[in-house]
Parts: sequence; structure tokens; C-alpha cells
Amino acid sequence: MVIRSGKFKANAREALADPQLQRAMSNVGVGFVQKRRMAMDKLPEFDALRDQARDIKNHTFQYLDLYYEEYEKKVREAGGHVHFAPTDGDARDIILDICRNAGAHSVTKGKSMIAEEIAINDHLEENGIKPIETDLGEYIIQLRGEAPSHIIAPAIHLNKDQVEASFREAHTGLDENRNLDEPESLVAEARSMLREAFLNADVGITGANFLIAETGTSVIVTNEGNGDLTQSLPRVHIVITSLEKMVPTLEDATAILRVLARTATGQEMAVYNTFSTGPRREGDPDGPEEYHVVVLDNGRSSMIGTEFQDMLRCIRCGACMNHCPVYQSVGGHAYGWVYPGPMGSVLSPSLIGVDKAGHLPNASTFCGRCEAVCPMRIPLPKMMRHWREREFERHLSPFSVRSGLGFWKFFATRPRLYNFTAAVAMPVLAALAGAKGYLKALPLATGWTHYRNLPAPEGRTFQQQWRDHLAGVDE
Amino acid sequence: MTIPTHQASADKPHVGLFVTCLVDLMRPVIGFATVDLIEKSGCRVSVPEMQTCCGQPAFNSGDRAGTKRLARQVIAAFDEFDYVVAPSGSCAGMLKAHYGELFADEPGMSDTVKSFCDKTFELVSFLVDIRGMTEVAAEFRGKVTYHDSCAGLRELGIQAQPRALLKSVAGLEISEMQDPDVCCGFGGTFCVKYGDISNAIVEKKTANIDASGAEVLLAGDLGCLMNMAGKLSREGRSVEVRHVSEVLAGMTDGPAIGAKRT
Repeated sequence: MVIRSGKFKANAREALADPQLQRAMSNVGVGFVQKRRMAMDKLPEFDALRDQARDIKNHTFQYLDLYYEEYEKKVREAGGHVHFAPTDGDARDIILDICRNAGAHSVTKGKSMIAEEIAINDHLEENGIKPIETDLGEYIIQLRGEAPSHIIAPAIHLNKDQVEASFREAHTGLDENRNLDEPESLVAEARSMLREAFLNADVGITGANFLIAETGTSVIVTNEGNGDLTQSLPRVHIVITSLEKMVPTLEDATAILRVLARTATGQEMAVYNTFSTGPRREGDPDGPEEYHVVVLDNGRSSMIGTEFQDMLRCIRCGACMNHCPVYQSVGGHAYGWVYPGPMGSVLSPSLIGVDKAGHLPNASTFCGRCEAVCPMRIPLPKMMRHWREREFERHLSPFSVRSGLGFWKFFATRPRLYNFTAAVAMPVLAALAGAKGYLKALPLATGWTHYRNLPAPEGRTFQQQWRDHLAGVDE
Repeated sequence: MTIPTHQASADKPHVGLFVTCLVDLMRPVIGFATVDLIEKSGCRVSVPEMQTCCGQPAFNSGDRAGTKRLARQVIAAFDEFDYVVAPSGSCAGMLKAHYGELFADEPGMSDTVKSFCDKTFELVSFLVDIRGMTEVAAEFRGKVTYHDSCAGLRELGIQAQPRALLKSVAGLEISEMQDPDVCCGFGGTFCVKYGDISNAIVEKKTANIDASGAEVLLAGDLGCLMNMAGKLSREGRSVEVRHVSEVLAGMTDGPAIGAKRT
């Protein structure tokens, strides 16, 4: 995937001027937020569960090498294969090899953000293998040649009429006068198209929400059932996942499942929670003949032990973006790479470099709503600030920011000079505004006055007035 | 404007007012309202001259060393007081919640910083949670809506306290807006660095404010208030904007934020 995060400002401007996108995004702050709220109201022990979930992951990272070894051993014992992929390129090579060995022509895919991270679809297509997305949202954006704009609702940036238009264009050979007004008719049409793909696929690729060390199990959490068809019908099942999905035990996975769906969609549990351990055994009625797990690192292991380690706890519920005023305004594509919203603003610089993703941790009001809803208690604003510190240290911050900050610091660390200067400047500003009480434009403050009026200062500073007050002089 | 009498009595807790740079520069009446309210809660107040800013602009721009220089200045300036009180959730959050983190790598500073953080409060939470204030004697005729500024709400847990005191104001009616706890788009330097996104956020906020039917918007942070007041005024909406302390102290004779001067 081409990285466009460096153009965040331009991307955001475009997004704000896109009426279709704005119409679609207006639902995010309502639907997801309300559903989560309702689920939380019914779960008074949520905070205790969050603590438990956080502690499970923190413990796992402390002993990740041991748990990884155990996990690999258990998968092998169950007849599966674990492939460690240090980089995205390694993961692509491994997956292509497995597909080639299976003589694959067509591959069905469940929803996976790791698959986006390694851009596996493009790679398979370039090598003559057809990937077919089976999650409805992913299917829609694949038809449109787009990337997901949300980690659990990939087509959230679209409206129903846009989906209808894409279906009419892609699904040729159907009755042109068919009715696609209702969401149900769109779903039915997608289902009928996908049914054949499920049956014809040689390989099925899914992601994983968890890897369980004690049993060598991978877990997927879905609502459409497409993941189950993807992984049980083809001859070969490939799980593409990443290092930090590890948990020690089944008990740990279920503990985290209790917070996952509730914060993601407001469901107590997702519709399908599927646990896969190895390929089909003798006597099993179904399942793949081969079971491969590709575990991607891509920079994650180097986050352990740094101020960004907490980010690895993320379980990709999407609550942070659902509640983010910036995400709600500009949508996911503006972030310019795979992971949008607050979690992306922290994770992307780790994975692609702060020089490429530097805008993202800066484009936050630090309102803290992301941290407040995070089921894994990830201190997202704090980590965005850490990225800003890294940028500042490396002199990557824009000149205007550094020079403005330097100017301000000069005064702020000299209280007497500061008070004197303020006492001179504020009355001037007040006089400029005159009786109307605000300024419509002010040089050097156009970033403010372009969109809003600048309320005028009273005139004399508090410190001046306070001195007079102490001296017994009333105004 | 009536300026409150400075009450000095040695046995009362001594509060150092951290006036905040915005209040000092833009709207001193909030400083006087704050002094009045703290005095009414049974404390005496002083205002150290050696204060400027809490350091947030540097802290949120990644300049840790610069922030520390300012933080040391603030901590020293308020050393002698029993309490430090600021009429801003954002600045108080910086002093109370972030100074500790800032000096985490200096064990030698930990006692000094901890005692500073422990004695620092945002104004309204100081009045209600620390001083046990349950009502004020003010009067204000009209329907108001209250915006929960982010740092005060999420770093310091300020939500019920201002509403409790506002309910005791004679003649005042609270009309809640939709999503009072959602950011107004100010975000310090964010509002100029990402002006168009900030604008999209504040537009939603002003629409919610307007839809509440309130005549007056109140909040506890001057930065947010100036952002919302500036947008309301640019949109030609007639809502008056004030800091919550002005209403609680009964100091609403002067013009509202960004409003006409008579």
C-alpha cells in the first residue's frame, strides 16, 4: 500500500470537502457510540475486566519468547505449521509459496488488517492468483479498488447508494431492473456472488484476533460467518496474524473476548467466535487439509521495552476511532496508511517510521476520549505525545512550530519580561477590536481567524489589575 | 466591576492562584471571580508574580526539556502555599496529572513534585471536593448550557461539580446540549495547526449549543470558550459565552467573551 500519511493535511482537506464522505461519517459518532454506551451500562464490572485484559497482555509480552515457543510447539503437534515473518515482504513470500504449493488459482479471504499491512491482495494478483474478499465491507471496497477506512467497518465511508452503484457496475449479467433499494437486497446479492467463490477457492486466508499458546489455537471473531466458510471449505487455510495477538491460555482469550465485542459494536459477543487448532483430523467432518499460521513481526518486537510497548495490547476493536472527533471529521483514508484513528496515529509511526507518519500523532486535540473508551487501557494521547517528543528531538517538527515555541518559551521563562510585554500588548489588541469586542482578522493569527472571530482581551492584564487591587486602587 | 476584598487571616488555608496565561492576558475577570470563590470557601488567596504558563504548549509539542524548565519555575513559585488552584481543567490537569510524569526520570524531584501535584486543583473541583461547597449565593437569570472541557472531564473527573453549584444559582436553568462531553476542537495549538479539522469539530459543537436552546454557554476553560465564542460569533449566533466562575461569583456585569463593549 502506498503510504500517503505525509499528505495528511491535504487528505483531510479533501475529506472535509467530500459531501458523500461527510454524509457517511455523520453516522459514526452516533451508532457505534450509542451501542457501546448501552453495552457498558449493562456491564458494571467493565473497569475490572479492562484491568484484567491489560494485565494479561502485559504479562504475555514479558514472556513472549516462551509463549511463542509453546504456541509453535502446540500448532506443530496438531499438524499445523507456524511461519515467522520478520517483515511484510517475508510474509508475502511465505503466503505466495504456500499458495503455489497448493496449486492455487483462487483464494478467499476473511477480514484481516495484517493482510492490508502486507498488501497481500496485490501480491497474489501480480502472481496470477485471484484473491476474493468475503467480508461484506471488504468485498464492497475490493470492487471499488479502495482500502478499508476503518479497522472493523472497512466500508464505513460509503453510503448505500454508492454500494448499489458499485454492485450494478460489477455484477454484470443480472437483471438491470432489479431492486437494490434495501440493505437486505444488497446483502443477498453479495451472498449469491460469494457462494461460488467459497466453493471454488483453493486456499482460504483469515486473520486472527488471538493466538493461544497453551493449545496452539487461532481465534477469529466475526459477524457474517464468512470467516468460517473461508477457513473450512478450501483445502488449505492460512492464518495471517501478528506477534502481539498472543495470549497464554483459553481462559485469557475469553477474558479479553468479554471486552472486545462490547467496545467494538456494543454486542455482548460477536456472532461467530471461531477457535481453530490445526488442520482436519481423522474423523472430522470438515476442515482444511493444511493449516498454516504466518506470524508477522514487522517492527513489533522492537516496540517491546520502549514507551510504545503498551500499543501492542491493542485488540483492534475500533472504539478509539469511533469516539475520535478527528476521525469522525475526516474518515480513515485521510490517515494515509492501513491503520486510522488514534490507534493508527500511535502504531503507524512504529511500523513505517515517524518521518513518514509524523502528522498522525500531531493531528489530535488530546481530548482523551480514545483512552477513556479503550478496553485495553492504552494511554493513546500519552504515546502520541511521545512521538511528538521523538520528532522534536530529531528536529522533524515544522520550522513554524519550533520557532513559535522558541519565541513563546523566551517570554514564558522570564516572568517579569512576560508581564511587562503582556501589559503593553493586551491593551493594544483590545483597542484594535474596539467596541465590537472581537477581531475578524489578525496578522500572524490567521490560522485562528480564518474560521472564527478572535474574542478581544479585556485590556489590562490580570497581574496589572491585581497589583492595583492590592495597592487599594479601584478601577 | 466590584473587586472583592482581600481577606487575610493566618489560620485559613493559603491558596496560591495559578491564574493561567489566557486568563491573565485575555479575561482577568475570571481571575477575580476565582479569587472571590476561593475566599468564600474559607481560604485566603495570593497571586505569585513569578508565574506565566503551565508549559502545555511545549509539552504537547514534544519539547520535554523546555517544559521542565517552566515546570520548575511553577513549582518554585507555589512552594509556600497550602493549595494551588487554577480556573482551568486543562492547566490544572497539566500541573496535577502531567508534572509527575514529566519528572518521572528525576527521582530527586519526586517528593517535591508529588507534594505539588497533591495540593493542586482545578477551581470548581477545589470548591466542591476539597472545600465542601454545595451552593453559591449568586443570581443569574437565564438558560445556560455547560460544555465539559476534555482535560477537566477526563484527567480530573470534573462533571458533576460545576452542575451542582450552577443549580444553586438563583434564576438559572440548565439546558444540556447533545454530547456536552465531546471535544470542541480547540486542542491548544491543534486549532491553528489543523485549522480546517478544528473548524469541522467546532461547527458540530456550536450546532449542538444552539439546539440546546440555551442563551448562555458556560465551561471551565478559557481556551475552549474562546474557540466556541469565536465560532458562535462568526456564525452570527447570539449565544453569550462565559467562564463558569463568572456566573458562580456573580460577576456577569461586564461584556461576555467576544461580545460588544458598552
